[in-house]
Amino acid sequence: MAADPTAVGTDAAPRAAALVVADLPSAPAVWCSGLRKRYGRRPAVDDVSLEVGRGEVVGLLGPNGAGKTTVIKMLLGLVHPDAGEVMLLGRPAADPAARARVGYLPELFRYQPWLSAAEVLALHVRLAGVGVPAQEQRACLSLVGLAERAADRVGGFSKGMQQRLGLAVALVARPELVILDEPTSALDPIGRVDVRDIVLELKSRAVAVLLNSHLIGEVERVCDRVVILDRGRLAASGTLAELLGQRELRLQLTDLSAAAQERLAATGKAEHAGDWVTVALPADGGDTAVPDLVRDLVALGARVHAVEPGRISLEDRLLGILREGHGDDR
Amino acid sequence: MTIARTVLTIAALTLREASRRRVLLALAVLTVVLLALSGWGFSRLAAEAGDSTLTSGEARLTASILLNLVMFGFSLIAALGTAFLAGPTLSGETESGIALSVLARPIRRPAFLLGKWLGLVAFGSGFVVLAGLAQCVVVWATVGYWPPEPAAALALLAAQTVVLLTLAVLLSTAISPMASGVVAVGLFGTTWVAGVVGGLGASLGNDAIVRVGSVSRMLLPTDGLWRGAMHAFQDPSALVQFGAADVDAFPFLSTAPLTVTYLAWAALWVAMVWGLAAASFLRKDL
Repeated sequence: MAADPTAVGTDAAPRAAALVVADLPSAPAVWCSGLRKRYGRRPAVDDVSLEVGRGEVVGLLGPNGAGKTTVIKMLLGLVHPDAGEVMLLGRPAADPAARARVGYLPELFRYQPWLSAAEVLALHVRLAGVGVPAQEQRACLSLVGLAERAADRVGGFSKGMQQRLGLAVALVARPELVILDEPTSALDPIGRVDVRDIVLELKSRAVAVLLNSHLIGEVERVCDRVVILDRGRLAASGTLAELLGQRELRLQLTDLSAAAQERLAATGKAEHAGDWVTVALPADGGDTAVPDLVRDLVALGARVHAVEPGRISLEDRLLGILREGHGDDR
Repeated sequence: MTIARTVLTIAALTLREASRRRVLLALAVLTVVLLALSGWGFSRLAAEAGDSTLTSGEARLTASILLNLVMFGFSLIAALGTAFLAGPTLSGETESGIALSVLARPIRRPAFLLGKWLGLVAFGSGFVVLAGLAQCVVVWATVGYWPPEPAAALALLAAQTVVLLTLAVLLSTAISPMASGVVAVGLFGTTWVAGVVGGLGASLGNDAIVRVGSVSRMLLPTDGLWRGAMHAFQDPSALVQFGAADVDAFPFLSTAPLTVTYLAWAALWVAMVWGLAAASFLRKDL
């Protein structure tokens, strides 16, 4: 990144740093360093640093109580960190103006029950200080499937509808960064697909998204990078390719000659189970590794009954990382 | 001006909450009932005076006492209303999560708190001024009595409401919504009783007991402001008519107007308690 906000130290320094960073085109959407928070004697977040680039979709994963929501709340100034620095869209988070272009759907999504859905959006537009015409606000409600209920009081909404409204609130003030904390917890399968489409649409418009979700499949589909927290600490982070690493290939083979076995071993670590062989493919093998291997095996006299691409899922990787972190206790 | 816009938006939201949650309707119904009852009571008084059972001085004294009594009813309604509104609107919102999405907007917490407070001030003061004025009109229409300083009296009633709701706002930044309402109303009642006890002390010439009232009036200025309001509502001749020795002990007549120093103290008290509330709210983890 072009900016190095780690130099921030005194109270006046963040403002000066912000002015410098704000002029740079590529100041990250979220930058935080060394975040710590204790509740009593229990550390909730311990030395967490992360970054979300402009237009990047980053998934925040981890078990219950890992500190994900606390990190999000510290980014937004809702919880005061005991230590650490936060910059949002190139400005120090201590300045409320840093949140002018930030949309947020809290894990605990509740909106004024005495207001209508349209009034809740109008309130948030006003508080954000952004001029969003009524037509655009209505379009935002349509996007989350609440166009028909715009004039109804929020008090009569189901949990799923309130979460949809929360999504509209997060999106209404033309955000450049959207933070979604468990956005699908109350939604049905159709609602989950809607959220995925919305995140992909935000990504196409270069809006940065920080997504905290227990639905690993969703995270895997939409996120560019993943940050894994465990017991308040950063357990792992990286792109999906970095985290998931190698791919696998499962083959059902008979008439396997010694030469064919050598060919398999040359590709990667091979495990045999009856007719089935699982071969680890090199990460840099490109798109031709699989057809080349099959061609060579056939040429070496092996009979190929089945070829199945195998991939270590994010879920497997997440569980692996968490088990490593917890030692032998699982 | 961003801060001013935030304050006005939140103040308007608080007023809209009061009206949409039917607090306004409930207060209006209570007020009408109280006005009707007092109207009937005062018309009976007028009938008694017409039958020449009461002298004109006695009638003015009775009107003053009854007016103060009914106004005490209104101030109690306003106290209960604002104290129980301040709790849910602030700590209730932080407990339920409504405040999360609002405070994640580019707004400062003290501006948010000031907006809530101003909305409650407008609501509480608006209620006591309108209801109090309506009561004065009822008294004037039935027995022909008009208070000597109605504007000052109503302003002091409003100030009393402001003091109590500021305390409720401070409490609601620290404790649960229900507890903040209960504690605020409890302290309001305690201060009033301490004021009455202090009056008894004055009547008995016991300085130690007098001090109970004086100290409580400094710690929470609701009772002091209420006594100032009573003094402005009651007829000047009422004190003489009642008898100077006993008037100190009587809770619905006030012997002296408020001093400027006390008013300044009340204003300073509100500013200090509001400042504490802002500091407490600023430090709160949501």
